[in-house]
Amino acid sequence: MIEWFTTVQIAIACAAGIVCLVLGLIGRLPGDVSMGATALVALLLIAQLVVTIVSPIVGNDPTGSLAEFYIYLISAVILPFAGGFWALIERNRWSTVILGVVCLAIAVMLYRMHAIWFVQSV
Amino acid sequence: MAQNSQSTSGPDAATPGSGRRVSGVGRLLIVVYGILALAATGRSVFQIIDRFGEAPVAFTLSALAALVYIVATIALVAPGRLWYRVAWSTISFELAGVLVVGTLSLVAPHVLSMTDSDPFGRQSTVWSVYGMGYLFIPLVLPVLGMTWLAKRRAVTR
Repeated sequence: MIEWFTTVQIAIACAAGIVCLVLGLIGRLPGDVSMGATALVALLLIAQLVVTIVSPIVGNDPTGSLAEFYIYLISAVILPFAGGFWALIERNRWSTVILGVVCLAIAVMLYRMHAIWFVQSV
Repeated sequence: MAQNSQSTSGPDAATPGSGRRVSGVGRLLIVVYGILALAATGRSVFQIIDRFGEAPVAFTLSALAALVYIVATIALVAPGRLWYRVAWSTISFELAGVLVVGTLSLVAPHVLSMTDSDPFGRQSTVWSVYGMGYLFIPLVLPVLGMTWLAKRRAVTR
């Protein structure tokens, strides 16, 4: 895990979550902005997955449990795809709100992953 | 099968198709339940595989909680009177669980064979300290779920 990248990723996930929540609550259907924001969050998670696979190989080991880290990461990767799929089949304002909730949940999970990698000691 | 014939001949038959359809804010509830079920399952599976001996009672409860969240999520989605009752039972069980385990984790962590009550620590479960490690969502969600279930019944009548 790369600290600055994770910080940027958490900030983007929070921002995307808030944007989608607001758009949904004012009644917007899932559109380019909300789907694009969720797609960006998903893309960054894929990048995080690549970083996680490479890190231990180049000597960047987590302070906590790598297995626990992967459980969070894989759960997080599933979310934007599940939420995005939902938004494609159920086109109403609540799907936009759901995209927001998904992005915020990912931000929380990234925060936990950050703690497992940098703070937790076994 | 008996449940199906019962529900189609019951008062719900007046609004076929629409009475049990999940709509509006209910979808959001289901998504949050789904995320919580995923989070609780992932964590409890890891804790049981990695360190079950450390706090067996707490981790067994954690796995039970995860299972109940999964059943509750399905019950909220699935139509019919039986699933409606299952939804009430599981959501009531969750509220009782978060209150009882939350209190025990603070007052008497040794009952759960926990040696620390840190809600973010390695022995924490989804219900520890009223779900603090999960932003108190496990405490708030059953109340929202019950409100929604009560409203849904009022609508279908």
